[in-house]
Amino acid sequence: MDILANLSLGFSIALSPYTLMLAVVGCFLGTIIGALPGLGPSNGVAILIPVTFTLGLDATSALVLMTAVYYGAMYGGRISSILLNIPGDEPALMTTLDGYPMAKAGRAGDALVLSGVASFVGALLATIGLMLLAPMLARVAYVFGPAEYFALYLLAFCTLGGMASNNQAKAALASCLGLGIAMIGVDSSSGMPRLTGGNLHLFDGIDFLVAIVGLFAIAEVFFFIEGHGKGGAVGATLKKVRVPWADIWSTRWTMMRASGVGFIAGILPGAGASLGSFLAYMSEKSIAGEKGGFGTGVPKGIAAPEAGNNSAAGGALVPMLTLGVPGSGTTAVLLALLMTLNITPGPTLFTDRPEVVWGLIASLLIANVVLLLMNVPMVKIFVRILQVPPAILLPGVTMVSFVGIYSLSGSYFDLLLMIAFGLLGYVLRKLDIPTVPVILGILLGGHMEDALRRAMVIGEGDPAYLFSSPIAIGLWVAAIAGFIAPMFLRNVLKKPQRVTD
Amino acid sequence: MASDRIFGLVMAVVALAYIASATQIQTSFLSDPVGPKAFPIGIGIVAAICACFMVLKPDPEPEWPAARTFGAIALSVVVLVAYAYALKPLGFLIPTAIAAGFLSYQIGPKPARAAVAGLGLSAGLYVVFKYALGLGLVPFPKGLF
Repeated sequence: MDILANLSLGFSIALSPYTLMLAVVGCFLGTIIGALPGLGPSNGVAILIPVTFTLGLDATSALVLMTAVYYGAMYGGRISSILLNIPGDEPALMTTLDGYPMAKAGRAGDALVLSGVASFVGALLATIGLMLLAPMLARVAYVFGPAEYFALYLLAFCTLGGMASNNQAKAALASCLGLGIAMIGVDSSSGMPRLTGGNLHLFDGIDFLVAIVGLFAIAEVFFFIEGHGKGGAVGATLKKVRVPWADIWSTRWTMMRASGVGFIAGILPGAGASLGSFLAYMSEKSIAGEKGGFGTGVPKGIAAPEAGNNSAAGGALVPMLTLGVPGSGTTAVLLALLMTLNITPGPTLFTDRPEVVWGLIASLLIANVVLLLMNVPMVKIFVRILQVPPAILLPGVTMVSFVGIYSLSGSYFDLLLMIAFGLLGYVLRKLDIPTVPVILGILLGGHMEDALRRAMVIGEGDPAYLFSSPIAIGLWVAAIAGFIAPMFLRNVLKKPQRVTD
Repeated sequence: MASDRIFGLVMAVVALAYIASATQIQTSFLSDPVGPKAFPIGIGIVAAICACFMVLKPDPEPEWPAARTFGAIALSVVVLVAYAYALKPLGFLIPTAIAAGFLSYQIGPKPARAAVAGLGLSAGLYVVFKYALGLGLVPFPKGLF
């Protein structure tokens, strides 16, 4: 049994007291980050990367800490959705649909515990799926050459643009923006500076961490200035918390199905957790039919999106680890972390650094149990933390971002660049242009160009080489379909709007 | 409507400028069939096409805030830029207290809370960064004490 041997290797790493402590700290921090409105998983992980760096953690420890934060933020997102009707992040939006009505009906405690259990089921099944699927996919990925990789990157941009946004042109523009930024700096194969405008600071290129922190964290501050910190009041009160066994038992099949749907949505490169929770909710809604009462605060309406969302979070790790192509905004940020730690995700990761992969998987399982234990009895503590006013929280986030970025490079230029990215993020989000493709472009631009150029070297300049293998053709077809199909499906798959009071 | 058109136009101009400067990239003797120019030019072309789509088929106008809010955002940007420049010569504590207090005031206009938030965040973050994370922050300007 390969998996069992690998898993015991993983647990031997993850069960050391120090790593275990990191996992617990990460879960706690992550839940807070996810729960606080205005600080989603991508934000939280992004501002913590420079901080982790200064801690001087080795690769495995840093990875354990950050994935614990990642899973924790996925759990935490539901708290503000249910109590405040404000999704902590985009995937949590679906949880507001039934979670908030249920909380308003005086069952806030039940809703929180039920969603916690659903999160656990989703994340657990997804981690098991990751264990089974990732090594298989890694073996397939060995046959990927540059032509296949180029098509794969294209697929990631197309599905992300196609599914995650409302306007294809805007999503594609965002991808181009990111790719264009990635081109700045010294060209790796010819050694010539490109598009730097003679600015010496730009010769090294633009650090993706600067862009990520700017686009996510600093832009958020501008949004809160615009809103004057409104909407922080707890709309529903939390009374005694007990475990609603009947609700959990009655939603068991919903959780299973939603986990399956979410996992598959998570694996699709570029689609991610938002799609997972969305599809899980919609499929359960159609199974329940009119009588199901979805949208009025039914247990199934809470269990489905939470299981789907957390399961997609696990599924998104599959393409990220095996192919180096992230499936969502947060996994893009995790990919940035791996790249900063000098780990190149891809099929070789599984054979060269098994301790990293399996240590990560084992700590995901541990983090998941810790999160369930932490989230059910301690939910009141997190609710209390939720009441930190944004007028204190957001300045704190800004200052942490500044110090974090400054400690990376010690240059003013990066700080100014970060502010500029913050403004860009504000404008982009105002115009409904997604920012995740920008990040993905900056992260993958170099690799994508590299793949294209190597493919052309092998194919001796003949573009037909890009379509020379069945896998490459399949990926191209999927990419084009993923970009175009949502245009026609948009009317069918209309995103439900948030419930208003 | 108008915002999308304006942004699309700006992006189209940026994309053209990007293509123009990409054609100026020097090629070296170490060349491959694609070379360092082709990919950036391709990106620029796709971006320009998308920008034209935005001009021709704009989405409904987003809700822009009032002019005063824009002023607040612009002022915050100025403060943040000043903070970036002040961090090294003036030490961590004083600029952080001012910048954090200012941002806090912009988010929720309560002067007393903003002052407390500024001072508290500055002192609290200093302790965390210096002692928990071991960053070499300079607390005060050199030569003050």
